[in-house]
Amino acid sequence: MNANVNMTKEEYSNYVDSKAKKSPIGKNLVWAFVVGGFICIIGQLITDLFTSWNFSKDDASTICTIILIFLGAFLTALNLYSIIGKHAGAGSIVPITGFSNSVVAPAIEFKTEGYVLGLGANMFKIAGPVLVYGITSSVIVGFIYWIIKLFM
Amino acid sequence: MDLFMELFKVFITGGIICSIGQLLIDKTKLTPARILVLFVTMGVILTFLGIYEPIVNFGKAGATVPISGFGYALGTGVMEEIDKVGFLGIFTGGVKACAAGISAAVIFGFVASLVAKPTIK
Repeated sequence: MNANVNMTKEEYSNYVDSKAKKSPIGKNLVWAFVVGGFICIIGQLITDLFTSWNFSKDDASTICTIILIFLGAFLTALNLYSIIGKHAGAGSIVPITGFSNSVVAPAIEFKTEGYVLGLGANMFKIAGPVLVYGITSSVIVGFIYWIIKLFM
Repeated sequence: MDLFMELFKVFITGGIICSIGQLLIDKTKLTPARILVLFVTMGVILTFLGIYEPIVNFGKAGATVPISGFGYALGTGVMEEIDKVGFLGIFTGGVKACAAGISAAVIFGFVASLVAKPTIK
């Protein structure tokens, strides 16, 4: 132990950084790629299955969305989704199952605070911002599109 | 063989989109919530600019299953509705197109959180 007790804050911060475990970015990327790609393949297989049963393309992809959201909620309730997420990172966050997970996980956690202000209010803790910014941008885009159409 | 090729494209497209998210998390320390917001907004904007449509045509579910596909649904929904009903479509089109997703998230989320037990930390 010959650590210099007179280190400046900056030196100390560098020292900590040098000792901290490096986050393996390459490995994280491969995990995200494989798990994310795999979830999308499941989605494609569900869509193909329903199109083969004579559902229209739009209906099939709507059904696919509903099923994936169900699976995300189901796996979260069983506490399995967080296990996938541990390695997969964005591979489990970015697909629609991750959106579903972001609805269910806080709802379960805050259930003890009551069904209205606990479960109900926290369901959209993360999904809420997604809807706020998603819908806002769709209205703005719609407005611009409407104006462009006026002049064409 | 066609199916294999199709699934391969789906895998590549979905994989790349998720890797971009992972790269943002690792390099910029963006939280998952911000990633989701960013991807939805980008989905809407890229759809409006006509950039996301070709990606969907190539990668199918690989582009629609990631949350940016939610933005794609919002964007195409609002523009199609404006074509059909005009001005009011600005307010109805987007949410109409992803109504199933929102309702499914609410009902399955509600039931799942009713049934599940909070994990003890």
